Amino acid sequence: MKQLIFALALFASPVSVGPVSAQTSGQGGDLGAPVAEGGTVETLGETGAETEEGGLSFTVTDESDWSDIGVAIAGFAADRDRPTPANANGTAALGREISRVITANLRNNGIFRPVGPDSLPQPSFAQITAPSWGSWSGRGVEMLVHGYVSARADGRLTVGCYLYDVALQDELIREGWVVPPADWRRAAHKCSDLIYSRLTGESPFFDSRIAYIAETGPKDKRIKRLAIMDSDGANHRFLTLGSATALTPRYSPDYKKLLYLSYVDGNPRIYVYDIGTGRQQLVAETGNPTFAPRWSPDGRNILYSMAVGGNTDIYRVSANGGRSVRLTDTPGIDIGGSYSPDGSKIVFESDRSGSQQCYVMDADGTNQRRLTFFGGRCATPEWSPRGDQIVFTRIAGDFNIAVMNPNGRNLRVLTSGWQDEAPTWAPNGRIIQFFRTTRNSGRSNLWQVDLTGRNERRLKTPVDASDPAWGPILP
Amino acid sequence: MNTRLATIALLSGTIALAGCAKKAPEQLPPAPEQTTTDNGTTVAPLEDTGPTLGSQAHFEDAVNGQNVIYFDTDRFNIDSADAAALQTQAQYLSQYRAISITIEGHADERGTREYNLALGERRANSAKNYLTSLGVDANRIRTVSYGKERPVALASNAAAWAQNRRAVSVVIN
Repeated sequence: MKQLIFALALFASPVSVGPVSAQTSGQGGDLGAPVAEGGTVETLGETGAETEEGGLSFTVTDESDWSDIGVAIAGFAADRDRPTPANANGTAALGREISRVITANLRNNGIFRPVGPDSLPQPSFAQITAPSWGSWSGRGVEMLVHGYVSARADGRLTVGCYLYDVALQDELIREGWVVPPADWRRAAHKCSDLIYSRLTGESPFFDSRIAYIAETGPKDKRIKRLAIMDSDGANHRFLTLGSATALTPRYSPDYKKLLYLSYVDGNPRIYVYDIGTGRQQLVAETGNPTFAPRWSPDGRNILYSMAVGGNTDIYRVSANGGRSVRLTDTPGIDIGGSYSPDGSKIVFESDRSGSQQCYVMDADGTNQRRLTFFGGRCATPEWSPRGDQIVFTRIAGDFNIAVMNPNGRNLRVLTSGWQDEAPTWAPNGRIIQFFRTTRNSGRSNLWQVDLTGRNERRLKTPVDASDPAWGPILP
Repeated sequence: MNTRLATIALLSGTIALAGCAKKAPEQLPPAPEQTTTDNGTTVAPLEDTGPTLGSQAHFEDAVNGQNVIYFDTDRFNIDSADAAALQTQAQYLSQYRAISITIEGHADERGTREYNLALGERRANSAKNYLTSLGVDANRIRTVSYGKERPVALASNAAAWAQNRRAVSVVIN
């Protein structure tokens, strides 16, 4: 099943490396063909959910072994088996595929013990709303997921998702979505999010995308391409061709644009790339090198760092262009920057004290003060979308991923690789993605770790990967 | 470049002055055989001229391989060895005033990507500032940082990292 998802990603990639027709933008010499934007997902009425109790609570310091909820995900039933562009074998086969995607999602975060459709009985369409309890109670699972898929006359798909408590023989929540056939996986992610949120009390994160840098070639001639994919690695696309080194992408909050660094004109410069049109333009018209691009949470402003005469400072510019405002003004390297979710503060990195440390300032650049004093160095800080933590690269001998409170206290180291770098938050602020570089070979891959540090896994990508940036939950 | 060929004979004597105990250049001079230029015309080989003025090989020969300077971890200061190398580069640049260079700043892999881009830029500017202090026109020196993206030594150990923390002067063609 995992192989199947992976195969989809592999198939998607070469197809997307289309003609070099997107040279529409003057400086777009390394751009691939533009990627079609996804359709919209329509949510059908949510019913049957009591919202007064908050689900299981999840605290960062929780040491109990509750990370083991058995969940059976039966094959989604089709009202009747009909052809659909989403699956060559019709809606019945698509229903089982949706269940497999949900199973993989739930398996990968250490909270659930999912059992997928290939080792379970297939419920009929009528049983989706009336489970055959007798066949589920003896399987050692506490939760049961049912669902259905139905092809509409307009070609779109209706997907329903139901979560049941097996012991109580009771429905916990249900929801449905109408999706274009090409977006069938989003229905599976929405259902995964529904289950995850209902059982953990946390915000959803599966229905989201990741931008990153795909790497191939030897260590001294690495080819680095801008790439995007779904949160589970599916729907993989290369956006640049690899003739120019691409680095450090960031998704805009509405997923319509990407900020990233490219050497396409021979110099490190940050560009804003429009995913729908395949056009890009410089973020700042300057003869100076620019790097470390970041969006404000509302997408209206862009932070970037610019070196003038070797001295790097952080600037802010409107996403619509215009004059840049300089936010830092110290000798040394002030770089990066990540807004608090309310947009009022920025955490950033500076070596003004003599080594890389994390600092915080108000969004207008005032009240700059140092946050970290732990002895090592603090780099690439990113404020959690929940606001309660800051994740960063902790350099103390090796490079590890660590979190701290926004006041710089309660530092906790989450990983122990040789070089773990550039953490990015899942949209719900509970899982962190980063890249891990292997000593000597220089090869790197994407990894995820949860806030306990106990659940760590590699996210498979078609080729080596670095510089991940997780976008928000899709609308 | 072709216009510069005529001057080679005149200048070869001065090149020889700097020619002892040289390191192997990073880029070897072109082999003495028929070569094809970018626009497709064939150029007949010249006899025993050495590297062409205006080429990287000519520059590296003349500065005795000291077109690269090295830095300590996280540092960007010009130490005495760097100063000697840059003085040699400045002499070359004062002799050949038509030549401009790019200084490429690099960092080792043991740093975060974005910081290393800024650090490489700072190192390139250190070298540039030193050259301008010796009288080289700043307009003849371009800088570019590659951060940790272009290592020359590929192992992950102190010796390799020391070779990668560098600023490389490259003749602009």
